[in-house]
Amino acid sequence: MQEWAGVLAGDLGEEDRLNIAVLSGKGGTGKTTIATNLSVVTAANYIDCDVEEPNGFIFLNPAQIISQAVKVDYPVIDRKRCTLCGDCAKICQFNALVKTKKEVILFEKLCHSCHACRIACKHEAITFAKRTIGAIEEGQAGDLICRRGILQIGEPMAVPVIKALLENLPAGINLLDCAAGTSCNVVSSLHYADGAVLVTEPSAFGLHDLKMAVKLVRNFNLPFGVIVNKYNGDDRIQKFCQEENIPVLGTITYQRKAAEVYSAGKVLVELSVYKKEFCKIAEGMRGVFPWNWQ
Amino acid sequence: MKIAVSAMGDDLNSMLDVRFGRCNYFVIYDSEDGLIKSIENSGQMAGGGAGVAAAQQILDEDVEAVITGNMGPNAFRLFQSSDIKVYRCESMKVKKAVQFFNEGKLQELNTAGPAHAGMGRGAGRGFRGGR
Repeated sequence: MQEWAGVLAGDLGEEDRLNIAVLSGKGGTGKTTIATNLSVVTAANYIDCDVEEPNGFIFLNPAQIISQAVKVDYPVIDRKRCTLCGDCAKICQFNALVKTKKEVILFEKLCHSCHACRIACKHEAITFAKRTIGAIEEGQAGDLICRRGILQIGEPMAVPVIKALLENLPAGINLLDCAAGTSCNVVSSLHYADGAVLVTEPSAFGLHDLKMAVKLVRNFNLPFGVIVNKYNGDDRIQKFCQEENIPVLGTITYQRKAAEVYSAGKVLVELSVYKKEFCKIAEGMRGVFPWNWQ
Repeated sequence: MKIAVSAMGDDLNSMLDVRFGRCNYFVIYDSEDGLIKSIENSGQMAGGGAGVAAAQQILDEDVEAVITGNMGPNAFRLFQSSDIKVYRCESMKVKKAVQFFNEGKLQELNTAGPAHAGMGRGAGRGFRGGR
């Protein structure tokens, strides 16, 4: 593996940072499999942005984990000052405040911490307090920095955790293992990305959702390439990529032993056939991302 | 006594909508003078908190009872704390629901239904899953 470590980082200065988002559109195509294995092969830091169900740590087993709470603001209403005028409830775009005859009621899970209610309140009755909605964990797996966000169960809003996770990323190459789909969670992760790897599978659903993901990364004007996971000889993804002029970074062959290694919580690159495929992908990425363009 | 009914249209001949937060209109019937008023539900296209937005409108109308099919936990909590009674009704004409209410045939809703139950069927197009 040594000869491949640094195949990507080689061209980066010590303080430079390159953030590559791994996304898919369709769920279950292998974002985490690709991101964890690429981390190992390219000596890149692994950042699990799928804060609703982060699972990359299972494969990378980082140690010495440090945890930090993620907190968000919510309004506290001083009932002595409040005149029940209802201006705060009217201004709230997220329906988090309701004025009843007796009091103003807050639905804290609907609050986006925008502070509009405080500005609208003529009686200075609103201040803000903080509550914990999740955590950021960081540890080391060998030389790799592994970081993940965790959204508390029952909390509906993942974006504040994703933002906290992606602020102050370490120097070097960071692989951002995104959530499935093309929702706000993925969009907020892409705000921090310099390039993207789209993981898909050769199926009708894989292709359909890949098209959505392609639209999204094109909106961000990011350089990107596609990886076909679970490749079984069906070339529908390659055909689409050719028509759209999208580079295919490589394929991961569909085999039973991949599932066996995965279900034991190990990385695929422990098998030589997969190590070869991932090294090929790492080389493909060199051609796609901009630090190699000059 | 003013009664609000979640409805698909804006008069007594419309069908009752069993969804509270995502219904199109609330038909408000005053049993004392027989007057009818309808308000468009601002919650129907809300990104989130549809039931809360709908409940706020009803609170502002000073009604004493609400007739609907199901109600989520947030709106339910608001009516409970405001002493407004919620009655459960099947899909039928609003007129008939009001008649059933007057005859005491409707049961009071004692527990909230699941959150986000009124999405789908095209009404919740603006909903982004709270994400």
